[in-house]
Amino acid sequence: MSTGAENGKPPLLEVEDLVTRFPVPRGFVGAASRRPKLAVRAVDGVSFSLRKGEMLALVGESGSGKTTTAQSILRLVEPESGTIRFLGEDITKVGSGRMRSVRRHAQLIFQDPYESLDPRFRVRDTVEEPLIVHGEGGGHSEREERVRDALTRAGMTPPELFLDRFPHELSGGQRQRTAIAASLVLDPQLLVADEPVSMLDVSVRAGILSLLDELRRTGLGILMITHDLSTAAHFADRIAVMYLGRIVEEGSARDVVRDPKHPYTKALLSVVPQRDPRATTTPQILKGETPNPIAIPPGCRFNPRCPIAIPECRATDPELRSPAGARAGHEAACIRA
Amino acid sequence: MTAPLLQVENLHVWFDLEGGGELHAVQGVSFDLAEGERVGLVGESGCGKTTAILAVMGLLPPSASIAGKVFLDGEDILAQGEETMSPHRWVDVAMVFQGAMNAFNPVKTVGEQIVEPMELHGTASGKQARQQAGELLERVGIPAARASSYPHQFSGGMRQRAAIAMALACTPKVLLADEPTTALDVMVQAQILQLLVGLAADFGLALILVTHDLPIVAQVCERAAVMYAGEIVELGPTDALYHDPRHPYTRLLFAATPDLYGEDAVVSIPGTPPRLDRELTGCPFAPRCDSSFAPCATVKPKLISTAADHTAACHLNDPALKAAS
Repeated sequence: MSTGAENGKPPLLEVEDLVTRFPVPRGFVGAASRRPKLAVRAVDGVSFSLRKGEMLALVGESGSGKTTTAQSILRLVEPESGTIRFLGEDITKVGSGRMRSVRRHAQLIFQDPYESLDPRFRVRDTVEEPLIVHGEGGGHSEREERVRDALTRAGMTPPELFLDRFPHELSGGQRQRTAIAASLVLDPQLLVADEPVSMLDVSVRAGILSLLDELRRTGLGILMITHDLSTAAHFADRIAVMYLGRIVEEGSARDVVRDPKHPYTKALLSVVPQRDPRATTTPQILKGETPNPIAIPPGCRFNPRCPIAIPECRATDPELRSPAGARAGHEAACIRA
Repeated sequence: MTAPLLQVENLHVWFDLEGGGELHAVQGVSFDLAEGERVGLVGESGCGKTTAILAVMGLLPPSASIAGKVFLDGEDILAQGEETMSPHRWVDVAMVFQGAMNAFNPVKTVGEQIVEPMELHGTASGKQARQQAGELLERVGIPAARASSYPHQFSGGMRQRAAIAMALACTPKVLLADEPTTALDVMVQAQILQLLVGLAADFGLALILVTHDLPIVAQVCERAAVMYAGEIVELGPTDALYHDPRHPYTRLLFAATPDLYGEDAVVSIPGTPPRLDRELTGCPFAPRCDSSFAPCATVKPKLISTAADHTAACHLNDPALKAAS
């Protein structure tokens, strides 16, 4: 696995064997009849690492656990077990005070810029708020300077044009840029972007994604959660494909997309519509839908839907490993890969 | 060539705005559709694509005024408003709404809800209707026995299939599908798209697919209309739209869409679409266009034929204008 330190320095983010479960309410009758306690295993043993200046895309269908993984990393939901190291520090169990200062360096960008901005706040207030909350930025004029700087980095130029606008006076793309500016104002090292463009019109998506790409080039680590493989293929350095709470394949974006090793990744890629009507990919349509994460199939979790499963797949829960012929850093959790 | 099954001619839709004024949402849209054909209607939000097909279904709110003609098998179903429309709605022309999978009545079984339109429109009733409902479910890939299930017992993908079965209840000739796979996972999306293509191929159903997602149209539709600011700016075979676009908007829209194996940079289109509550001069796309020239600011381009079965509304296709500039 690519958790190796870079030049002796620890990676920006290291996640090891992360598990997050949500209990399923049994109700009164269930409890009285001693029905066993059930849990949704939303994240079920996820490990990966992210370096500075790198964009990792966590892709998967709904219910794959990609959003819960992101939320667990920032401790917005509490993981049950596993380790999260941020800049070498184990933050899995640190208290809320320490976590608060960690979040200063690790910011989350939400999916819906129509919901995430306070409609009564001007752009200036939205971007300034994190400084005030964290007691940073010194005096008024210094804060103003940092707000302008963050807006400029987020592509809202010139900032004077936007400072006094309300969200309803902004386009969707400008709203998302405002949200990004608010997360940049504290000068974070990690951005976690949860479906940052899925609510935006096609014509403006590329601009937001290019902005994240530029921020990555300035040294930020970006964890992008997306269901869109085409976006991941275009903008991410590496792709981790999640299925039912586990990463089933990980590698450079190019390797995962052009030389997929896991049968789930292969099927997923085969059904992504392509721009060119002449594209000749034969869709390999899997039957049914992702099983319920309350009842994860034994053995390989993909085996009931897998086109190449053999009896052994029902017995062995495969670990991520580098398959024969794969390039360095390209791993799949499949005994047949 | 036989006469088209559905023919939309110079369709206009205006909405009265609160506080006065009008919004000209659809501005003279014309297209046609043959039996078994799959046509896409694409564009950004607010371009009028959903409004246009709601007008074809006669389902716009009272604040809307409509002009133009919609011929179904040669009969203008818009001519007398509800009087000429209602015999055909759901019976000949049906629609799958955006988010249809979330629009089921939670306290009725899926089967009951598929039978409902049959009994309402008198195409079937009683045992026969129930049997047809079972057959329809089978056709969309759901076991007939599941007709007695309630919507919450279905997954999202199954509910979307059931919504399609419901639209097909009275065996329509034309199906209008508005973003039928938005909010569905890519694998379920593939299943639904495969189903729609199969319905067109096996039963001659004519399909209009409304979506903002160009790759879906590229893979599913034979022809597509690209809409911008209430108008069709380009209409042609999907292959030509991708390989030989004759309107910069079409080209830029493709360039703004990431592709799995695409090597070119993905570039956004600067600016935003114009407001439709005021008169526009010149080409509505000119302020965002990377190829605009003098006449674009003042002269509105007409849809002209650029090849067989391919039209575009752009001055670049007019050699005389280009030469003069």
